[in-house]
Amino acid sequence: MGRRIDDATMDNVELLAKLTLEPEEREKVRGEMEQILDYVEKLNELDTEEAVPLVHILQEINVFREDVVTNGDGLADAMSNAPRSKDGQYMVPRTF
Amino acid sequence: MAKQYETVIGLEVHVELATATKIFCGCSTKFGGRPNTHTCPVCTGMPGSLPVLNKKVVEHALKLGLALNCEINQYCQFDRKNYFYPDNPQNYQISQLYLPICHDGYLEISVSGEKKNVRIHEMHMEEDAGKLVHDEWEDCSLVDYNRSGVPLLEIVSEPDMRTADEVIAYLEKLRMLCRYLGVSDCKLQEGSMRADVNLSVREVGSQKLGTRTEMKNLNSFKAITHAIEGERERQIELLTEHREVVQETRRWDDNKESSYGMRSKEDAKDYRYFPDPDLQPVVISDDWLKELRGLQPEFQEEREKRFQKDYGLSEYDAGILTQSRHLADIFEDVAGLSGYPKKTANWLMGEGLRILKEKGMEPEELSFTPEHLSDLILAVEHGEINHGNARLVFEQILEADVDPVAYMEEHGMKVITDDGALLTAVNEVLAENPNVVEEFHSGKEKVFGFLVGQVMKKMKGKADPGKVNEALRGRI
Repeated sequence: MGRRIDDATMDNVELLAKLTLEPEEREKVRGEMEQILDYVEKLNELDTEEAVPLVHILQEINVFREDVVTNGDGLADAMSNAPRSKDGQYMVPRTF
Repeated sequence: MAKQYETVIGLEVHVELATATKIFCGCSTKFGGRPNTHTCPVCTGMPGSLPVLNKKVVEHALKLGLALNCEINQYCQFDRKNYFYPDNPQNYQISQLYLPICHDGYLEISVSGEKKNVRIHEMHMEEDAGKLVHDEWEDCSLVDYNRSGVPLLEIVSEPDMRTADEVIAYLEKLRMLCRYLGVSDCKLQEGSMRADVNLSVREVGSQKLGTRTEMKNLNSFKAITHAIEGERERQIELLTEHREVVQETRRWDDNKESSYGMRSKEDAKDYRYFPDPDLQPVVISDDWLKELRGLQPEFQEEREKRFQKDYGLSEYDAGILTQSRHLADIFEDVAGLSGYPKKTANWLMGEGLRILKEKGMEPEELSFTPEHLSDLILAVEHGEINHGNARLVFEQILEADVDPVAYMEEHGMKVITDDGALLTAVNEVLAENPNVVEEFHSGKEKVFGFLVGQVMKKMKGKADPGKVNEALRGRI
C-alpha cells in the first residue's frame, strides 16, 4: 500500500492529540496508522447499499427517568477520587 | 465612493432548562449549592456509570420546538462530542448531531414595527459542563461539577439577522417564549441563557457569505450589542485594507469591551462525533406530540389581543402587561378579584414597574397574594384610603406581601368615615381662621384649598378629600 497519510495530516493529528513526536516515533506511528486504515478498508469490500445504519444493538426505545431528585450530597464520594482537592473542589493544572 | 457593507449574523443560543434534576441523573440542578454537592458517579464521569434520560427534558424541547414552528424528528438519538478539558469529566459531552430533536422552524421578530422571520436551523438537547475557577494562590484551576449534566437546549438560527437590534429582538422574543412555556428562566447574568454570535460582513448586494467569526462569552444584551458593533467595524477595516478575515473563535472581554482571537491551538477541533451507545433512541409518537400541542399556553400576541377585548385595555397597556407571562397572570387574577381591570393595569404598570426598575428586579420576581392588591384597589375605590397612603401600602405589598386591610388599620391610614369627627374638624378650622373665611366670601376662591389642607391636617390625612370638600362647602 502506498503512503496515504501526508505530513499535513500528521501535523494535525499531533495537534489534536496534544502530542509532540520525535522524527522516528512519527514514522513508526504513521506506519501503524496506515495499517489501521488498510484494515478498516476491508469493510468497503462489502455491499452496504441496502443496509440501514444500526445505532443500537438493543431494540429498546424511550428509556426515561421522571424528573425527581434521587441523589443526595455527593461531595465526599466525589472527593475520595480526587488526587488533589481544595475547598471541596478538584484541583487541576491551570487551564488558561 | 466608499463601499457599503451589510452585517450577516446567526446565533447559537443555549438555554438551561427549568427541571428539578439533571439530564441524565437524579442530582439537583439548583443554582448556587456548595461546590460538588450536587454530584454523583454519572455527572462526574465515573467509569461504569450509566446515563438515564430525564423525560421532562424531552417534553421541554418539544414544547419549545413547537412554539418555534419546527419540524420534529420523531426518531432522535444522542451523540458523543469528544473533547478534553477539565470542565468535562467524561471527556465527551452528550449532545445531538445527526438526528437533533427539532429542525427547520422560524421565529417572527419585530423591530420598530417591521416584522421579519428568522429561520431556525435546528435545536438539540445536550448537557452542560462543570465550572472552572482559577486559583491565583495555588496557580491551578478548581473544578466544581454541580453544573455538569444540567440540561441545555441549543437553538441554532440561520444567518438571517442584519443588525444588533434584530439580534436583541430575537433574543427577547426567544426568552419570552421560554418563560411563557416555563421551559427556562433565561437569566443572562446567571448563565441560564447564553448566546454565541456568528458574524460576517459582505458588500451590499452580494449574495455570497463572507468569512465569519464566532464570538463567545457574551452575558448581557449590552455586551452583545457592543460585540456586534465592534466586530463589524473590525471586519470592514480588514476588507477595506484588502486583508483577510480569519475564521476563528473570539472571546469577548466585558471589562475591556473588546474581543480577542483565541489561539488556533485552543481552537483546534475535531470532535469525532458518534452515536452514544449508552442511550437508547427517543421515539416521539403522534399521540405524545398531540398531547403537548394541547398543553401549549396562550402566547403573548393572542393574550395582548384578548386583554384589549376583554378588559378594555389600550394596545400599549395590553402589550406591556403581556411581555411577562407572570405579570399578565397577576393582572388577570387581580382584575378578576377587584372588578377594576383598568385600575389594576395602572397600579401594575405605573407604580409596579417603577418600583421594579428602582430595585433592579424583573416582573418574574414579583410574588404577592393577588387578594392583597385587589383589597387595596377596592379600598381606594371606596374612599377608605387616600392615594398617597395607598402608594405606601402598595410598596409594602410588593416588598413584604402585607395584608392591606390589617396594615392600614395598624398604621392608622384608614380614612375616617365618621362624619361627626369630620364635621368637628371643619367647624374648628372655620372658627380658627375667620380672616380666611372672610377672604373667601369676598371672592377669593383660592383660599378654599388652604382650608381643605387645614382640615386634612386635623384629620391626620385620614379623611377622604371629596368628603372634606363637601363638608366645607356646606358649612362655610
